[in-house]
Amino acid sequence: MDYEVKLEVFQGPLDLLLYLIRKNEIDIADIPIALITRQYLEHLEMMKSLNLDLAGEYLVLAATLIHIKSRMLLPEENEGEAVEGEGEDPRQELVAQLREYQAFKEAALALERRPLLERDVFKRGARIEDAVAAGGAVEEEEMEMDLFDLVAAFQRLLARLGPSGPMTVNRELLSLKRCMETIMDNLRQRGGMAFDDLFPDGRDRRKVIYTFLALLELVKMGAVKAFQTTPFGPIRVVLSGGADHG
Amino acid sequence: MDEIRAIVEAVLFAADLPVAPERLVELLKERGVDRQGIVAVLEDLREEYAQRRGGMEIRRVAGGYQFCTRPDLAAWIRRYRAGRPPALSAAALETLAVVAYRQPVTKAEIDAVRGVDAGGVLKGLLERKLIRIVGRKEVPGRPILYGTTKRFLEVFHLKDLSELPTLEEMRALRPEGEPGGGTAP
Repeated sequence: MDYEVKLEVFQGPLDLLLYLIRKNEIDIADIPIALITRQYLEHLEMMKSLNLDLAGEYLVLAATLIHIKSRMLLPEENEGEAVEGEGEDPRQELVAQLREYQAFKEAALALERRPLLERDVFKRGARIEDAVAAGGAVEEEEMEMDLFDLVAAFQRLLARLGPSGPMTVNRELLSLKRCMETIMDNLRQRGGMAFDDLFPDGRDRRKVIYTFLALLELVKMGAVKAFQTTPFGPIRVVLSGGADHG
Repeated sequence: MDEIRAIVEAVLFAADLPVAPERLVELLKERGVDRQGIVAVLEDLREEYAQRRGGMEIRRVAGGYQFCTRPDLAAWIRRYRAGRPPALSAAALETLAVVAYRQPVTKAEIDAVRGVDAGGVLKGLLERKLIRIVGRKEVPGRPILYGTTKRFLEVFHLKDLSELPTLEEMRALRPEGEPGGGTAP
């Protein structure tokens, strides 16, 4: 069965955990650790399947969750022994950490809601330094695609190709360089192209994959730019830098 | 006193950073106005602009006074400038919040709160002069300590750091409330 997976952008493992808690409408003080651990690991799987570079921090928290889960499965039988910390809820430390992070997340939102200079209030004249600061920020604001978005788009494209048929191995000489040249040629002729149009027709996965790798390489080189004009809108790819009329 | 008032207004207009009352006291030394007198003039001016309901107002920010446009006119200025407003990413805001509340604070402490590495974000905030290096912590490795700048107060419309809501206040504002004794209306 097909189901659509919506990936949020998380600021880190704690953010992901808070998201799951919110999504499940769970009391932060009483986290059903088995459920949350499962969902957390599912999210990591998903991120891994997108080939996202999973930061080590995500794995550390996964280990912590599993550790807590295993501790909660153990019966509490050492009532007589006064083992330090043994009587505590194994979730305690994590809950404290989550609470603290949540407080700062809210503090961040509160800051963002203040009347900001150069957004809500303006002082006399724009000084060069402000213009530079604003310029730096524009880059963040512009809906340029990062690797994450491109990979997600690529996944959709692959899904549309359907299951791959039986694989026959033949020595066709596909080269990344040639694919890059093809993209550049197409772009030079047409100025800009929709992401989907970059890919050759047909069900040849290898060609699609090569083209995608070529695109990533070109983006990395700064030769082309991928961007959206609206969130979830179609991705456009253009030559960067030059008004290259061909 | 009228002249003093005019001078103060002129300085506020010409200044590119918030003007501290102390600077004005020093400037107007030979006129023999004390701090209290200057603040009275500043407040009077502020009131005048507020009542006028014109395009500008005087705001109290970063320990001083500053002319700025009225917040409800922001859309017009933005349209006039035809640029996008500077935006801070969620990561930058979170990091900034940790620095603001915990300062002086080391990178390791920030990382611990957010659960991720804040290196790149800190660099960006330093470049934008919202935070600065305030010293080194006297522990092994002598890690760098970060704090917020005057620029931070100016950008976020804060008189001083004490104007930041306390983290407890914010927790109280949270709709779910604490499971224990939350008395949310």
